[in-house]
Amino acid sequence: MPEKFDVIVVGAGPAGTSCAYQCAKNGLKVLQIERGEYPGAKNVMGGVLYKQQLEEIIPEFWKEAPIERPIVEQRMWLLDEESAMTLGFKGRAWANEASYNNFTILRAKFDQWFARKAQELGVTLINETVVEECLVENGKVIGVRTDRPEGEVLADVVVLADGVNSLLAKQLGFHQDIEPAQVALTVMEVLKLPAETINERFNIEDGQGCTIEMFGDSTKGHLGTAFLYTNKESLNIGVGATLSSIVKEKIKPYELLEYVKNHPIVKPLIQGAEEAEYLAHLIPEGGYHAIPKLVGDGVIVAGDAAQLVNGIHREGSNMAMKSGSYAAEAILLAKQKGRFTEEVLAIYREKVYESFIGQDLKKYKDATETLENHPQYLKEYIPMMNRAARAFFTVDGTSKREKQKGIFNMFMERGKIRTVQDMYRAWKVMK
Amino acid sequence: MHIVVCVKQVPDTKVIKINPKTNTLDRRGVPSIINPYDAHAVQEAVHLKRQHGGKVSVLSMGPPQATAVIKKSIEIGADEGYLISDRAFAGADTLATSYALTKALEKISKTSPIDMVFCGKHAIDGDTGQVGPGIAKRLDIPPITNISAITKVTKDYVELQRKLQDGYAHIRSTLPCLITIEKEINEIEYAPFPNMLKAVNYQPVVWSIDHLEDVDRKQLGLKGSPTVVGKMFAPPKQEGGHRLEGTPEEQVVQLVEVLKEKQYLFHFNKG
Ligand SMILES: Cc1cc2nc3c(=O)[nH]c(=O)nc-3n(C[C@H](O)[C@H](O)[C@H](O)COP(=O)(O)OP(=O)(O)OC[C@H]3O[C@@H](n4cnc5c(N)ncnc54)[C@H](O)[C@@H]3O)c2cc1C
Repeated sequence: MPEKFDVIVVGAGPAGTSCAYQCAKNGLKVLQIERGEYPGAKNVMGGVLYKQQLEEIIPEFWKEAPIERPIVEQRMWLLDEESAMTLGFKGRAWANEASYNNFTILRAKFDQWFARKAQELGVTLINETVVEECLVENGKVIGVRTDRPEGEVLADVVVLADGVNSLLAKQLGFHQDIEPAQVALTVMEVLKLPAETINERFNIEDGQGCTIEMFGDSTKGHLGTAFLYTNKESLNIGVGATLSSIVKEKIKPYELLEYVKNHPIVKPLIQGAEEAEYLAHLIPEGGYHAIPKLVGDGVIVAGDAAQLVNGIHREGSNMAMKSGSYAAEAILLAKQKGRFTEEVLAIYREKVYESFIGQDLKKYKDATETLENHPQYLKEYIPMMNRAARAFFTVDGTSKREKQKGIFNMFMERGKIRTVQDMYRAWKVMK
Repeated sequence: MHIVVCVKQVPDTKVIKINPKTNTLDRRGVPSIINPYDAHAVQEAVHLKRQHGGKVSVLSMGPPQATAVIKKSIEIGADEGYLISDRAFAGADTLATSYALTKALEKISKTSPIDMVFCGKHAIDGDTGQVGPGIAKRLDIPPITNISAITKVTKDYVELQRKLQDGYAHIRSTLPCLITIEKEINEIEYAPFPNMLKAVNYQPVVWSIDHLEDVDRKQLGLKGSPTVVGKMFAPPKQEGGHRLEGTPEEQVVQLVEVLKEKQYLFHFNKG
């Protein structure tokens, strides 16, 4: 007879561990199963961890968690081949413990730490084990089958936090195959560099971090972004594009990363750094429309498995943690009622949709598709803005009014109506 | 049948480095693992238990972190684990280690008599292979080293295949006896899920020096270790040499020239 737990959580990423932690904290018997050698062994993230959602679970976590740097500056670069329009925000408040906003982290370290915190509360974590399917009896999920001999194990409720390509949710019919336009393939490198060099190049101090998001030529105009984040003694640099554009445009992601690393605006920042790690991972980009069925009898889907990522603002880990928390709340309620039915667990669905998760994803629900169907935003407007800025800031004896007129005409080259349409469309999907 | 397997926690020598300046092992960031030969020994004991019934215990000497190798053994299928851990054991060479393990084995056998003791062929960090035979001598049972197959087990004897330099020897031994295990004896199986569950929360029996009986403290730890490491060094890297270039055909011609010149070749055509 297989052993029985109150809760089985599949996956030890932010979603799974957040849920496991809070279930165990409230006295439930929790089994967490992770396929990696240890939590985080294969997990990838650009590296920005937001404070709020984790602080709700572990107050003042940054005092002991393996964080790299609290971020004090966020920059955004609109790149063409040899220049950048830059935009950004730097604030002293973010350097203050009381008002930290977010941190850079390295997932291999962070996930292990977070999972250990859950284990301290009694979560039983089994590594190096793949969950192959949910056990279903009369339409109700009653446990899972792992790839190990005698691999079945039972629970009142199973939480699928198995990441972006959730085969388990698919087996249950909760979602179809993921469309290539609904995921981005991102490759990333960790580059070692001494702390002082990082501080100098990014104009920051010890205990301060900086993030740079790059659009436009960083993906050669394809739908995607690149990023460069500062860790304590290393940089994370990565670039990703939707799978559909990678296939359509025959992009080789590692070539794209080499291109970004050699971009004249980027290169001086990473010069001399030593390549320490190379990583690749998918990011769900389908947004609101891609959210699968979230609950069933005896089962909840959370985090990337539920496609809860806001690609525009690179928020994923926070949504994963929050959805894990909501899953735990729903499970505790179901435990109280003694019924783990879809009807009782549906509270999870409501919470997800009513919170910032549902609302933000709804706000940008058409953004990816719009950008995919209208490549001119990244391919034409960003270079145009660079040209405009160059023209405007170059002192060459032309009057400012003449310059403005020239720039206006440049934007209208595409045709007045088209340009106005483009602007209206952009406003609509971002509003 | 009661088999006790001695297991050791070792640094993963695949990732270990020797500091060329100090000639000492650089253990920073090196993961600890179960000595691979010991893992095969546990697996073999578990096979025998499956066929003949009985119990598999594992015994390790080391710091509290060595619990990890006992957990690993439970994953493979061991029933119970003992850890002897005490500052008094620290710094032990093979002589002192075999003494401490023998004392623990004697204590285990009081409640549950032992039919066979398994050890790995050697530990990958020391490569001596002396602890197993040392224990056998102290227990006054036959030591049979480098075993690549266990072909028959009865109440009174075992038949074994012993790996030699250039072949195998078939051996029969009375019980109890001590066997040291080669890797080729088996493949480590993918552990069953219930074993994984048992292993995560498993806590071994931990004995300090005070738990062991009739112990002569002078024979333990650094004090009981006559071995002196004279010198440690990394094998020198192969350097220089002459590299042959060109197409394979050209390289062969050049190679033959070199060999002829150095007179490494037999002179076939002379005779
Ligand atoms: C390159 C990149 C950059 C990113 N940057 C950011 C960022 O800066 N900020 C941010 O907030 N988000 C970022 N994200 C998104 C963020 O990483 C994810 O949203 C987040 O990790 C989701 O957490 P999760 O727990 O749902 O899934 P995951 O972290 O993917 O965890 C899923 C876990 O389940 C395990 N698993 C999967 N299948 C099975 C199975 N069958 N059996 C057992 N275990 C299984 C996996 O091994 C994994 O440990 C980025 C993502 C990528 C790829």
